Amino acid sequence: MRPTRNHAAWWAFIVHRVSGVALAVFLPVHFWALGTALRGEGALGEFLRWSEQPMVIAAEWALIVLLAAHLAGGLRILALEFLPWRDWQKTLAAGAAAFAIVAGLVFALAR
Amino acid sequence: MNARREVVLWIAQRATAAILALCVIVHLATIVYAVRGGLSAAEILGRTRGNFWWAGFYCVFVLAAAVHGAVGLRAIAAEWLGLRGALAEWAMTIVGVVLVITGLRAVVAVVGA
Amino acid sequence: MDVKVWRGGAAGAYQSFEVPRRESQTVLDVVTYIQRHLDPTLSYRFACRVGMCGSCAMTVNGAPRWTCRTHVDKVAAGGTLEIAPLANLPIVKDLVADMREFFDKWARARGQFAPGATPRGEFAAVRPDSRERREADAGIECIGCGVCYAACDVVAWNRDYLGPAALNRAWTLVNDVRDGGQAARLAAVSGDAGCHSCHTLMACTELCPKKLSPTRSIAGLKRATARYALTNRDDGE
Repeated sequence: MRPTRNHAAWWAFIVHRVSGVALAVFLPVHFWALGTALRGEGALGEFLRWSEQPMVIAAEWALIVLLAAHLAGGLRILALEFLPWRDWQKTLAAGAAAFAIVAGLVFALAR
Repeated sequence: MNARREVVLWIAQRATAAILALCVIVHLATIVYAVRGGLSAAEILGRTRGNFWWAGFYCVFVLAAAVHGAVGLRAIAAEWLGLRGALAEWAMTIVGVVLVITGLRAVVAVVGA
Repeated sequence: MDVKVWRGGAAGAYQSFEVPRRESQTVLDVVTYIQRHLDPTLSYRFACRVGMCGSCAMTVNGAPRWTCRTHVDKVAAGGTLEIAPLANLPIVKDLVADMREFFDKWARARGQFAPGATPRGEFAAVRPDSRERREADAGIECIGCGVCYAACDVVAWNRDYLGPAALNRAWTLVNDVRDGGQAARLAAVSGDAGCHSCHTLMACTELCPKKLSPTRSIAGLKRATARYALTNRDDGE
């Protein structure tokens, strides 16, 4: 780990960027899946039955965590850029990570 | 690419970020609620079919996500793939348009009767 | 202590030297020892050697630091030291980096005062406790050492990016109520080369030896340029 990268803000950045790319790649797939409903409820139902397998459920969980992480990281950036400057941004980064973990847990329990 | 255009892109990214923050919170809550007891097409479509509010919500969600994603990917393409200039601008526009079209199609799919 | 020192230009290599450990030794002491006793052909920069000028900035074990203010004890874990010139800048020779692009970007960011209209009284009255002056003062102590520029990943990824120091200086001038070139300056710091490419990685703020926060200044520029774009139709040039 390069010494210029081993701090909270850098981790917040890389998580935000990687999760953003993952979500951007996922979105067209998500839209296509929902689009199966154009062929009727049966078509969507068929897709949902297919998605009940463990690998897909795990992937769903990962996407939820990535979405929550991207949201929290984004709120951190909005706070840094628009709110009066305070020196506790490290807390914001930690808070963002905590939120993502909580979201993942809640989803895992509900599923 | 002049200064003014680049500022406007940044504003668009931050504005859609704020909109998406609200949309995503609603979406996450909806997912957790919907996923209990398993996902079924009947349950999902029963909620969304013919529902004007869900239609409006998802249209806003799709449009904001398309703008936000396109502008974000543009920065990544420039910094990590070295893609800049007219080609990059076209790529960003195409990404945005594809997301809008596929997204609105999905909205029609779940809201249309 | 085994010390690896970068020799040559971009296509150079590390050379090893055996340097005696001393109490309260700084990295600059080590470099000086090598040049005086082991290899007089080693090139490096320093001036004040007491942490005021910023000339001795180099990459020490991967991080840009002022070598005169870096104690060997603090950074040489495991008794090894690796010293290289500042990153993100062309290498002149050995430990000397070419600072020209750093200062060129400073100029491109309009990091110099532009006189405005002559004030009515004898001189402009600037209250030190005004909001603008406090913002400017928070970033005014920059001495242009280049540590932030060397630390920034965006500088590495985007050759046109003006960098934390130039943008920080521009922000102090944006807050100078006497300055008459605000529109042009805001245009200069906008866009992919300007403040909008800052992704709040904050390596600059972590490593600035003067404890400045260029991230804070750049956030201010983002707000100022957005405000200007929303209230003016021109390009600001």
